[in-house]
Amino acid sequence: MSDSVTRIQLAHGGGGSAMQALIAEEFSRLYADTRHLGLDAAVLTLPHGRLAFCTDGYVVQPLEFAGGDIGKLAVIGTANDLAMAGARPLHLSVALILEEGLPLPLLQRLVASMVQAASACGITIVCGDTKVVARGQADGVFVTTSGIGLIETPRAIHPAAIRPGDRLVLSGDLGRHGLAILAARHGLLFTHVVGSDCAPLWPQIEALLVGGVQPVALRDLTRGGLGCALAELAEASGCDLVLDETALPLAPGVEAACALLGLEPLHLANEGRFVAVLTPREADQALALLAPSGAVLVGAAQPAAGLQPQVRLQTALGSERLLGPWSGDMLPRIC
Amino acid sequence: MPDPVAVRSALQALHQQTNRPWTLMEVCGGQTHTILRWGLDQLLPPGLKLIHGPGCPVCVTPASTIDQALQLAARSEVILCSFGDMLRVPGSRSGAGVSDLLQARAAGADVRLITAPLQTLDLAARHPDKQVVLLAAGFETTAPATALLLEQARRLAVDNLSLLPAHVRVVPAMERLSADPHNQIQGFLAAGHVAAVMGTAELEALVQRHRLPVVVCGFDPLELLLALLACVQLLEAGAPRLVNAYGAVVRSQGNPAARLLVQQVFAAADGPWRGLSPISQGVLQLRHPYRRFDARLRFDLPLPLTAEELGPCRSAAVLQGHCKPPDCPSFATACTPLHPLGAPMVSHEGACAAYYAYRR
Repeated sequence: MSDSVTRIQLAHGGGGSAMQALIAEEFSRLYADTRHLGLDAAVLTLPHGRLAFCTDGYVVQPLEFAGGDIGKLAVIGTANDLAMAGARPLHLSVALILEEGLPLPLLQRLVASMVQAASACGITIVCGDTKVVARGQADGVFVTTSGIGLIETPRAIHPAAIRPGDRLVLSGDLGRHGLAILAARHGLLFTHVVGSDCAPLWPQIEALLVGGVQPVALRDLTRGGLGCALAELAEASGCDLVLDETALPLAPGVEAACALLGLEPLHLANEGRFVAVLTPREADQALALLAPSGAVLVGAAQPAAGLQPQVRLQTALGSERLLGPWSGDMLPRIC
Repeated sequence: MPDPVAVRSALQALHQQTNRPWTLMEVCGGQTHTILRWGLDQLLPPGLKLIHGPGCPVCVTPASTIDQALQLAARSEVILCSFGDMLRVPGSRSGAGVSDLLQARAAGADVRLITAPLQTLDLAARHPDKQVVLLAAGFETTAPATALLLEQARRLAVDNLSLLPAHVRVVPAMERLSADPHNQIQGFLAAGHVAAVMGTAELEALVQRHRLPVVVCGFDPLELLLALLACVQLLEAGAPRLVNAYGAVVRSQGNPAARLLVQQVFAAADGPWRGLSPISQGVLQLRHPYRRFDARLRFDLPLPLTAEELGPCRSAAVLQGHCKPPDCPSFATACTPLHPLGAPMVSHEGACAAYYAYRR
């Protein structure tokens, strides 16, 4: 594109020469195989087996934050959803909705970030779409990605298979992504500046599978944090999930920031953490395999005490409380 | 995370020194939240009962004030601002049409969430063609920040900013509860943050009038247990006194600069709390030089005079400590944080929300 173009204009989504220039000069680098460019549909040769397929939209504000940006999030978030089905991420589509006036250098940074994230996930971007809407009709950039992956587990991973006695393993500390977004949005200056934990999860799932561990259920901790993920697992399994609160590792600064803002730390978003439900026989081995990332045993499934399955926390003081899902309103856009 | 050793030692002392049954009220919603969050009530001696007080300013804002905020938000020239929790508090027409400020925003009103009153000054400067209205709720803890805003607005002669006042005073509500012949309260854990601003003189007067022990109390589990212990010691000794168990934060004179500012801008008046009939000296009204910033005068709205009943919601009884949230037939069925019938289910500090979050 000519050097005089510093911002996205409506013509960049018009299907004409301006759009062709944008694709050729900015988006072509997203594609590992540029032969996919210019086709109506990517033609893929896939391995035999069961495929996982998922899609997700990304509207996070701010577009760039400590430890990541909307581009990185859009690639890794969808790749992680595939990993949670026990699938090795293979291919990704990327649809961009750009707001008129978006600074070109920002778009270039996001594209570079997506290229890097795709490489880190081992996923290739094979098709895409670009639209430009008038100023005020979007908030900078919206991204939608869809991904397919090859399932590498012999049994389906599904929370309905959770049984009383199964163990809950958490892959690392909690709250980094949520705290990074809150700090950026509210201009909060914390002593501990933590970056988002946004990172691919497939390497850890692959390590489990290669090590002979087959998780009963997996859930990545995104919006709503550990609280929401566990509430969904409890509901789907019909079991109570009982956690030892003292075993839950909070990222530095999370406890203080949440006390200040009146938030439950266990509802803060994460983008590089998951909870695995494992049979008691495989839990120790899983902990050993995931030890390098800081995985810890945090609790176990129990027969439901009441009609409604619950997530219960044993506190440091020896009392017990509920951990419910967060209602989610008032929540800034975090992913 | 509280220090479990210190907590265990405080609990042990409490168990050793509690010889008779006592019923105490923690006044502030933040304290109720800590009690439920940490399950402190599960750890107390069996005869020691806690009842939850009305100390949540969001919860006690009259529904008619919310109705007025909705009325103002519906005007095309108004930018209506308030704090997060206030946006979800239902007005009197709960369930039908636009019943809270978030619904008003979805219907096209310009409703903004702010985190500090002074932000509205900037909004007013950036939108000279608009009328910025702040729905300002809070106890004496937040009143100084609102007073500071009005003092700035007066100095700068800002004419497109006004206040829909919903500030309330805590000690008059404690006075009302103490004077109620049906009350079971034998001692108070007072709200530490209010005392940090107002000092302890009016609490001292309350002790003298009602011969009830009052302990100024903080908000973390250990602070609560130590305040409970102090209150039980006073009761067991038959010595109703005021004790400041939050000395690291509260001085007996409070914060003189903040008090002065509040007194300069506001005057205490009789007024309703949601679910309660008018409380003598229970609300703050703007004083004369600041009246021109009163949105009720600017937009010709009446003062809220009466408390309203809320149908199947028993929040009035909850706010007076007559029942606990799970005793309400609507609790966690018709009334949830997403569809609150009463304000104690809305606010993070409301007793119903605390029970919903931690105990069902």
